[in-house]
Amino acid sequence: MNFADFFAMGGYAWYVWPSWLLTAFILLWNVIAPQRKHRQLLQQLRTQTKREHLKRARQSNRSQSP
Amino acid sequence: MNVLLKFYHRLGSPREFYKISSALIPWLGWTSLILILLASYLGLVVAPSDYQQGDSYRIIYVHVPSAWLSMFIYVVLAVSAAIGLIWRMKMAYVIMICSAAPGAWFTMVALITGSLWGKPMWGTWWEWDARLTSELLLMFLYIGIIALYNSFDERRVAEKSTAILAIVGVINVPIIHYSVEWWNTLHQGSTVMRADGPAMDVRMLWPLLIMAFGFNLYYGLTLMQRARNQVLVQEARSSWVQSLVTEREQQ
Repeated sequence: MNFADFFAMGGYAWYVWPSWLLTAFILLWNVIAPQRKHRQLLQQLRTQTKREHLKRARQSNRSQSP
Repeated sequence: MNVLLKFYHRLGSPREFYKISSALIPWLGWTSLILILLASYLGLVVAPSDYQQGDSYRIIYVHVPSAWLSMFIYVVLAVSAAIGLIWRMKMAYVIMICSAAPGAWFTMVALITGSLWGKPMWGTWWEWDARLTSELLLMFLYIGIIALYNSFDERRVAEKSTAILAIVGVINVPIIHYSVEWWNTLHQGSTVMRADGPAMDVRMLWPLLIMAFGFNLYYGLTLMQRARNQVLVQEARSSWVQSLVTEREQQ
């Protein structure tokens, strides 16, 4: 079997390949999107936590020196 | 038994769930990738052409596992909803809501690849017959679940209302499965899940089964990814999340 025959899919290339490509694309997207969101969430939570630590530190400084 | 009970309790705690899911994700990712690639090679190259449908039948390897999974995910979603309502388990609702999006995606894949298969074989992209219509209804159920969950500000209200919709909607799953028997449909009957065993050449059947297994692991993967994100959002104020994010920075 040569490559041209393989890609022709017995004349059904326009139905078989879009099906497979669409499936592959959706599978990839559903892994990449949550992975990216996980990174963003960690980043966002880090800045949030830092800001709160700073705030708390400032407040305790103020209460110590009247 | 004690070990099982312990594991159940660990899974029920968001903190432990985050740890376990993070450890599972690479394993699920690589095994599902290997299985899907293997099944693709077997299905596209090794399996022979069909005597009736020629090479067009190779759409089966993406269409059928997606369709099976679209129903399987709904059952997982509904069972989690019931567990959440009955035992008030925190993580059950996380599994419920994080299954909705993958379920909707797989339903979409099943519908579109089915359409691409229907055109050359039946001569039409779409037909309002029982199988196709009930699968379309499943798509709307998933979308409805996502929309309902997001329409409440209070998370507990959202979880409960969504759980009730999810449980009512499970009636659609047996309707989809038996639609090809109960009604005269354009869609062919079951080839694999038959009482008298699969009616299919083994060289065609194996790639399908491997692909289905790979898709199932893949669902596990995307579910774990989404669920741990959801856990992070829900537990943002807890001390373990705060130490988790600051620990990471020091490394």
